[in-house]
Amino acid sequence: MPLLEVSHLRVDLHTHRGTAAAVRDMTFTLDRGETLGLIGESGCGKSMTALALMGLAPENATVSGSLKLEGRELIGLHDRDWRAIRGYQVAMIFQEPMTALNPVHRVGAQIAEPLRLHQGLTAAAARQQAIALMERVGIPEPARRADSFPHQFSGGQRQRIMIAMALACEPDVLIADEPTTALDVTVQKQILGLIRELVTERGMALILISHDLGLIAQNVQRMLVMYGGSVVESGPSADVFARPAHPYTRGLMAARPNMQHRLVAHRSERLPTIPGSVPDLFSLPPGCPFAGRCAFTEDACVTQQPPTVPLQGTHQFRCLRADVVLATP
Amino acid sequence: MDNAQSPFLLEIRDVTRRYTLPRESLFRAPGEVQALRGVSLNVTTGRSMGIVGESGSGKSTLARLVMALEPPTSGEILFMGRNLHALPPDKLRAARRDFQMVFQDPYGSLDPRRPIWRTVAEPAAALEGATRAQQRERAAATLESVGLRADALDKYPHEFSGGQRQRIAIARALITKPKLIVADEAVSALDVSVQAQVLNLMADLRDHHGVTFLFISHDLAVVSHLCADVAVMKGGLIVEQGPVRQVLREPAHDYTRTLLESVPELVAPAGV
Repeated sequence: MPLLEVSHLRVDLHTHRGTAAAVRDMTFTLDRGETLGLIGESGCGKSMTALALMGLAPENATVSGSLKLEGRELIGLHDRDWRAIRGYQVAMIFQEPMTALNPVHRVGAQIAEPLRLHQGLTAAAARQQAIALMERVGIPEPARRADSFPHQFSGGQRQRIMIAMALACEPDVLIADEPTTALDVTVQKQILGLIRELVTERGMALILISHDLGLIAQNVQRMLVMYGGSVVESGPSADVFARPAHPYTRGLMAARPNMQHRLVAHRSERLPTIPGSVPDLFSLPPGCPFAGRCAFTEDACVTQQPPTVPLQGTHQFRCLRADVVLATP
Repeated sequence: MDNAQSPFLLEIRDVTRRYTLPRESLFRAPGEVQALRGVSLNVTTGRSMGIVGESGSGKSTLARLVMALEPPTSGEILFMGRNLHALPPDKLRAARRDFQMVFQDPYGSLDPRRPIWRTVAEPAAALEGATRAQQRERAAATLESVGLRADALDKYPHEFSGGQRQRIAIARALITKPKLIVADEAVSALDVSVQAQVLNLMADLRDHHGVTFLFISHDLAVVSHLCADVAVMKGGLIVEQGPVRQVLREPAHDYTRTLLESVPELVAPAGV
């Protein structure tokens, strides 16, 4: 039985403008020690997926499909039961540690809170544990720093504290939503190194969410490329990066400035862009969400759901015109 | 004045900038922070300069000084041969037409209650006192040069996507036909595909409108794409500068090497 089994997950957001399909037909499994990346641009549904996995989808959302953790169905679970899972079996590291940490509580107490709630530790034992966690994530002088407030730490250290909090109850699944977006590249590398190390050390499963292709390439074994609420391509990261199949994945990879090219080219060339803009989730075409922006679009793309086309191994993508697309380098 | 004498568009000469921190104790002098510790940099017309460095390295302070939004503690900044910080207010105001700025946050830098044409025309209106009709006409022409249709004129910022808003911010900078545009993390908040569109637009402006960029970013790949030269900042100092290709190929400073190694490449390493 896989640790996490997501099948046909769907999130609909009901707003005054109508219903938006934020996540459509998402299916994947994840085992202990595995790392999975979700990549896509703003509004593609990657963060909504994370919230659904945490049982934190907003009140105006309907979550349907199936979401199983160790075989237990989580969709439709009572909020009280979710509280026993959240932080305990599934934990999350958020993008902005300054907003995710409570500014008026000492960090040691914040890390200790889940330990007291979920594991019933005494205040003193929880504090000891919190200090040990701070030490593990690389905060110098943890015993003294446990009494500091979030604003007394640098951005990188705050993110380390977030990681310590997420790890407190030794979750099975760790979700990191853009964990390093606000950080400098050198700090980013350290933080991701730490997350990877801890995933291996504790046998957790990692879901890393990012808009940054480079970050995904360097840090996860498998990846899902999301566009307009759907997964358009998935597979081992090495394969997806080596042979991107979906026109959107290809467009995304080509649009990123490349330093290697710049080394050989005397003058930078124009970056290939994807024409048009991201579709409105309220009025998605019934067919492929990328239809219209895609150079291969034909009438059927707009009306028909694209089939899943298997490639080498577990690498696959969804496209109605796969034969033509794959024949084009 | 002596415009013709300087071979450089922008000359930054040994500039320092010190800030006084808020007083923490009644009995101690307030602390100070040295944001810039002696920075010298020359920008030649037609050779866009990239500035990379971590948060706190002094990049944005430098941008504010170049924009004459605040004076340096010591040193001088010459734009087209004139010391900006020694100019009387009216001369400085007139000089501003030649250097404009684009900010990081396209949401925060546009007035949500103003139609686009007023935001875009504002620098021209402030400098030239054009009539309403002239302003609209110039705003329309400028919006067109950044790839927006004239029907954008009467819309409001919330009606545009992030990339379009950044185009509007660029149009506002462009309307006075500046020689230098200071772009402070101008594409950092944009999605990759939108970022590519805005970078292409900036390359067009550089190639066809004679705009030289002072392009500030933490992203070495973006900087190296747009700029001919690059300066690497750390702790208020420029630790390395030179042509982009040379700095990328043979980084001389340890910190530049660290920065280069930290840029994640698109190839998955074995064993991840």
